[in-house]
Amino acid sequence: MSDFSVVSLAPLSVLLPILGAAIAFTLVRRPMSQIVVTLATMVITMALEIWMLVDVWINGGAEAVLLGGWEAPIAISLVVDRFSAIMLVVSSIVVLSVLLFASAQGLGDDEAPQQPVSIFHPTFLILTAGVSNAFLAGDLFNLYVGFEILLTASYVLLTIGGTGPRVRAGVTYVVVSVVSSVIFLVAIAMIYGATGTVNMADVAMKLGELDPDLQQLLHLMLLVGFGIKAAVFPLSFWLPDSYPTAPAPVTAVFAGLLTKVGVYAIVRTETLLFPGDRVNTLLLVISGLTMLVGILGALVQFDIKRVLSFTLVSHIGYMIFGVSVANQIGLTATVFYVVHHITIQTALFLVTGLIEYRTGTANIDRLGSMAKISPLVAVLFLIPALNLGGIPPFSGFLGKVGLIEGGVVNGTPLAWVMVAASVATSLLTLIVMMRIWTRVFWRPIEDSEDPAMRGMEEAKRAEANAKPLRTDSRGLVVPTIGLVTVGVALTFVAGPLFDFADEAANDMIHRTPYIEAVLGEEAAQQAQLEADVLEDWGISGSDGAGTQQGSEGGPVD
Amino acid sequence: MTLALTIGLLTAGAVYLFTKREMLRVILGFVLLGHAANLILFAAGGTDRRSEAFYTSTDPTAMADPLPQAFILTAIVIAFSITIFMLVLSVTGEDSDETAEKVEKLDVAAESESDGTPHKSFRTNGEGK
Repeated sequence: MSDFSVVSLAPLSVLLPILGAAIAFTLVRRPMSQIVVTLATMVITMALEIWMLVDVWINGGAEAVLLGGWEAPIAISLVVDRFSAIMLVVSSIVVLSVLLFASAQGLGDDEAPQQPVSIFHPTFLILTAGVSNAFLAGDLFNLYVGFEILLTASYVLLTIGGTGPRVRAGVTYVVVSVVSSVIFLVAIAMIYGATGTVNMADVAMKLGELDPDLQQLLHLMLLVGFGIKAAVFPLSFWLPDSYPTAPAPVTAVFAGLLTKVGVYAIVRTETLLFPGDRVNTLLLVISGLTMLVGILGALVQFDIKRVLSFTLVSHIGYMIFGVSVANQIGLTATVFYVVHHITIQTALFLVTGLIEYRTGTANIDRLGSMAKISPLVAVLFLIPALNLGGIPPFSGFLGKVGLIEGGVVNGTPLAWVMVAASVATSLLTLIVMMRIWTRVFWRPIEDSEDPAMRGMEEAKRAEANAKPLRTDSRGLVVPTIGLVTVGVALTFVAGPLFDFADEAANDMIHRTPYIEAVLGEEAAQQAQLEADVLEDWGISGSDGAGTQQGSEGGPVD
Repeated sequence: MTLALTIGLLTAGAVYLFTKREMLRVILGFVLLGHAANLILFAAGGTDRRSEAFYTSTDPTAMADPLPQAFILTAIVIAFSITIFMLVLSVTGEDSDETAEKVEKLDVAAESESDGTPHKSFRTNGEGK
C-alpha cells in the first residue's frame, strides 16, 4: 500500500460541508452566491466521496482514519469500509439533486413566500455533514454527535418558515427525536460503564465478555434508540405526521436519507456490535409488521406526500427484514435495497414537488388530468413508482428478490411468513402507486371530488393547446430527471453493485476487516478466534441457522 | 447510591412533567431528563476517583475518568441548544397549541361543577383562526 490513501481524506466529507455552511452563512444577503457556494461544496464533497468509493471498490476491506494523532482505541476513528463508502456517495448524489431542485424553486413555497430562504442552504450543508459523520463514525459517541448534528439541522429545516402546521409537526418531531437521543445517550453511558470504551471496534471485542443479560439490555436499548430514528413499527408513528408538512425538497431529503441513517446504525449494531441471533426473531416480526402496517396506512391516505411517507415506513421494513434473516444474501440485499430506496424515495418526493408546482396541491382528491397537463411529469412519476412497487426490470425488483432469497435461505417457518408478508407488501405498494396514477394522472380533473383551481385551469389550457399558467420549470425538472435516471441506472449496474454489496455484507459479517482497520491485525485475529468460539456454541453471525429466541442467553457463563 | 437516587428523582420529575402536556412543561421535563442522562454518563466513569483529570494529578488511582466528563460537556451543549430551539418553537407555535387550551377548558369545567358558579376562560388563543 502506498503512503497516501484517499481514505485519509475522509474527515473532509464532514468538514467541507461545515466549512461551506460557514461561508454560506456569511453570504446571507446574496442568495445567488450562497447557492453557488453550497453547490460547489457539495460537488467537491461528492467527487471526494466517489474517489473514496473507487478506492474502496478496488482495494477492498476497510480503512480507518485516527484523528488527533492518538493510537486506537483512544483516538476518534472514522472508518471507511464498503458499506459506509457507498452510503456516502449515494447520500451526496441525493443531496446534490435536492439542492439543485430547491435552488431552482427559490424555495418558493407558494403559501409562505416570506420564509427565511437565507438559512436554507447552510442548514442543508450542516445536515449533510451530520449524515456523513454518522456514516463514518467509528465510535459510538461520534455517532451520537453525528445524529445530533443532522437532527438539529433537520429541526430547522422542518419548521422553516414557522407556519402553524409546520410548528405543530415540528414539535412532535423534536420531542420524539430528543427521546430517542436520550435513550441512545443512556445506552452509550451504560456501554461505557460496562466496557470502558466507546470505540465501536473495541466495544465489539469487549461486549462478548459481558453477562448475556446485560448484553441483551444494551442491545435492546440501542435498537430502540435507532428504531425510532429509522421509523420501525411501532416506533414509526411520528413520521407520517411530521414529514409531509415540510417543503417538497426538505421532505424529499428527509425521506431519502434520515431514516436510512437509522437503518445504517441498526445494521452496524446487528453485525459489528452484537453479532449472532439474539433478537432476530423479534426483528423479523417487527419487520413484517412495519411492512404491513405501513402499507395499509398508505392505502387510506389522500395526500401524495402522506402516502409516500407511509410507503417509506413500510419499506424500512424490508431493510430490517434483510438484517434479521441473518445471512449473507439477506444482508447483501439490504445494502442494495438501501441504495435503491434512498434514490427512488427521494425521486418520488421531488416528482410530488413538480405536481405541486403545476397544480398547487398534492391532494389526490383535488387532482386529475396530470398526464394531459404534463406528460413529462407523468413519465417521471411512473418510472420510480413502478420501481418502488417492484416491477421486474427495475432495481426494486432485484432488491426484493435478494431479500426474499435471504428469507428462503433462513428457512424457519417465521421467515417464510415474513417472505409472504413482503410479497404482499410489494403488491400493495403497487396498488398504492397505481391508485395515485389512475387518480392523479389518468382521471379527468372534473371528476375529482374537489378540483383544484389551478389544476382545472391548466387542464383546460392543455386541452386547448393554449399557453399554460406555468411550464415545468427546467431547474426543477432536470434534477428530478437526474435522480430518476440514477434510479434506472441502478438496474444496469445491478450486477457489479450486487457483487459490491455482497463483499460489503461479507466484510460486515466477518467483522475482521473493520476491527483490523481500527485496532490492527492482532485484535482482528482475536476477533476471528472469538467468532469461531461463538460458532462452536451454535451462535453464528454468518449462517443464522437457529433464530430461536430461547437461545438468547448465548455463551452461558 | 446518591447518584442513582438523584437520577431516579430527575427521571420521575421528567415523566411527571411530560404528563402535563403543555409545551413549556414538556420542555422542562426534557431539561430534567437531560440531566438524568448526564448523571448516568457521569456514573459510568465511576465516582470514587475524584482528583482532576489532567496533568497536575499524577496518581492514576485518584484521577477521575476524563472521558465521561467530555461526553457530558458535549451532551450539555447539545441539550442546551435543543432546549432553546424548543422554547422558540413553543413561542412561535403558541397559537397552534390546542392541547393547553383543552386542558384549561376541562379545568374550568371541573371547577364550575364543584362550586356551581360558571368561570370565565381568559385565554382565547387558538380560537378564531
